[in-house]
Amino acid sequence: MTASDATVAVTLGSGPRFEPRLARRKASASVFLVACLVAIGLLMLALGLLLYEVITKGLPYLDLDFLTAFPSRRAERAGVLPALVGSLEIGLIVGAVSVPLGVGAAVYLEEYAKNTFFNRALRTNISNLAGVPSIIYGIFGLALFVRVLGLGRSPLAAGLALALLIMPIVIIATMEALRAVPDSQREAAYALGTTRWQAVRRAVLPAAAPGIMTGIILAMARAIGEAAPLVVIGAASFVTFLPTPTQPGFTVLPIQVFNWASRPQDEFQGIAAAAIIVLLVLMLLLNGLAIVVRARLSRHLQW
Amino acid sequence: MHAPVTEALPLRPPAPDERPERATIRVIPFDPPPTGGDPTRTAGTDPATKPVTETALELQDVSCWYGGFRAVRDVSLTVARGSVTALIGPSGCGKSTLLRTMNRMNDLVPSFRLDGAIRLDGQDLYGRGVDPVAVRRRIGMVFQKPNPFPKSIFDNVAFGAKINGFQGDMKELVEQSLRRAALWDEVKDKLGQSALALSGGQQQRLCIARAIATEPEIILMDEPCSALDPRATLQIEELMRELSARYTIVIVTHNMQQAARASDVTAFMTMGEDRAGYLVEMDETIRIFTNPREGLTEDYISGRFG
Repeated sequence: MTASDATVAVTLGSGPRFEPRLARRKASASVFLVACLVAIGLLMLALGLLLYEVITKGLPYLDLDFLTAFPSRRAERAGVLPALVGSLEIGLIVGAVSVPLGVGAAVYLEEYAKNTFFNRALRTNISNLAGVPSIIYGIFGLALFVRVLGLGRSPLAAGLALALLIMPIVIIATMEALRAVPDSQREAAYALGTTRWQAVRRAVLPAAAPGIMTGIILAMARAIGEAAPLVVIGAASFVTFLPTPTQPGFTVLPIQVFNWASRPQDEFQGIAAAAIIVLLVLMLLLNGLAIVVRARLSRHLQW
Repeated sequence: MHAPVTEALPLRPPAPDERPERATIRVIPFDPPPTGGDPTRTAGTDPATKPVTETALELQDVSCWYGGFRAVRDVSLTVARGSVTALIGPSGCGKSTLLRTMNRMNDLVPSFRLDGAIRLDGQDLYGRGVDPVAVRRRIGMVFQKPNPFPKSIFDNVAFGAKINGFQGDMKELVEQSLRRAALWDEVKDKLGQSALALSGGQQQRLCIARAIATEPEIILMDEPCSALDPRATLQIEELMRELSARYTIVIVTHNMQQAARASDVTAFMTMGEDRAGYLVEMDETIRIFTNPREGLTEDYISGRFG
């Protein structure tokens, strides 16, 4: 190595115009990483404790009879069948109403609506609606569906109220998914002679489908976990029959949990925990479905 | 000097079903033709070899506006049927804008406005009652960045045909389109696979196949090679040569070698003080690159543009 080489090597590492302070930069990186790990660790701990509490309490009460029995005064004979059926029934109604309306509204706002003041205000207000407390939707549902439309305290009224509740979430998730489709995809479709609707239907919606499905299923999970608006609508605490969509009288899992958990006896605390497990498994199934659907729809997607 | 060049360029032999047709219709000249090229196709410099060229597309006093900004000013030019026409010029001179007026893609930009007329076979594309959707089926487009749909290779090619109610044998159409886009041999065993698994150059040829499948008369290409490596670029250029037997091609390019290699006619645009692009001159490619009439053109092609 010549002298000039050595000079070059030295000035490369410590030129007067740069002060790399590599050790310090790496240290701050480590600090940040530790902070992130602490954050996730605390979350995992809280979740773990919750699950541990629920499972140790509820598991002894959980068997097939619990799934197929009606509520009872005696905890050991009580079951969640009406609540489970009620949750599924209302879930179906919520999906059937909120998905077509929500996706349709989002497609209009994202693909058709001009950028006018009115439409911008509309978008902002939809975002605000997603933040309205759920009990307000319950009160609104009571006034509109139960009273004015005369649906009574039925699963249908409850499903419609919950559909309204999650509609903003579905709309926002769908709009985000549509916005994530690159304009080059729309141009590709138009350049082949598609009408606007064909471009949306054949190119944009398929590309956005995984995002839309994820949003829908997360919103559905929210609806199935709701209790407050249904208390207002009039979910019953003690239902000894299977709910019919249009007839008054129904309950859902979160309401059933709430009722049992408010009893002083240990056994009822136990079956409340067992009902929570059923609810959690239902959620898990929904989210698993979301993952499967997403994977299937995004087979070809990668940008 | 006017001896016709009989050498054909393609690296890959053309598909058997196309060979007789290509051989009988015309011969594809190699590189920038030393003369006016194939006399059946382009206007020669010598009146003796000058054929009667059919006009495919005619632009008359075209100005483009985005809101209050004029992007293109008073461009008039004609595109001969079966030719490859290159639009060159510095960035921002309105080449792409002009190209996108030719199939009304700019209609999608809300503030866009056009003055003048663009005629396809004598019919004004911007005339009253002309549906841009119908225009785009007759004038296809290939974009700067390959943009296949996130669908299978087959579905990509079949997309436009399905939309436009193609009644024939879809399999045959897909194969024919892929062959013409020189992609068939590479993908024939994996038509069901995702188009996005292909390389960039293959994706761009797929986009060309997709455009061909709706049987357009004109194919517009907006810097089709700018995202591709040199090898893939060469393949696309060869392909353009082959395609010009059937289709009229208009290409925007930043790459002057590409314009020189692949086009018959070159239009040079630049922009004025008001940043509106205008046409400086348009002539046979060979003339533009060897003996341009305008000083501006000469400065640009010799790299002295400032």
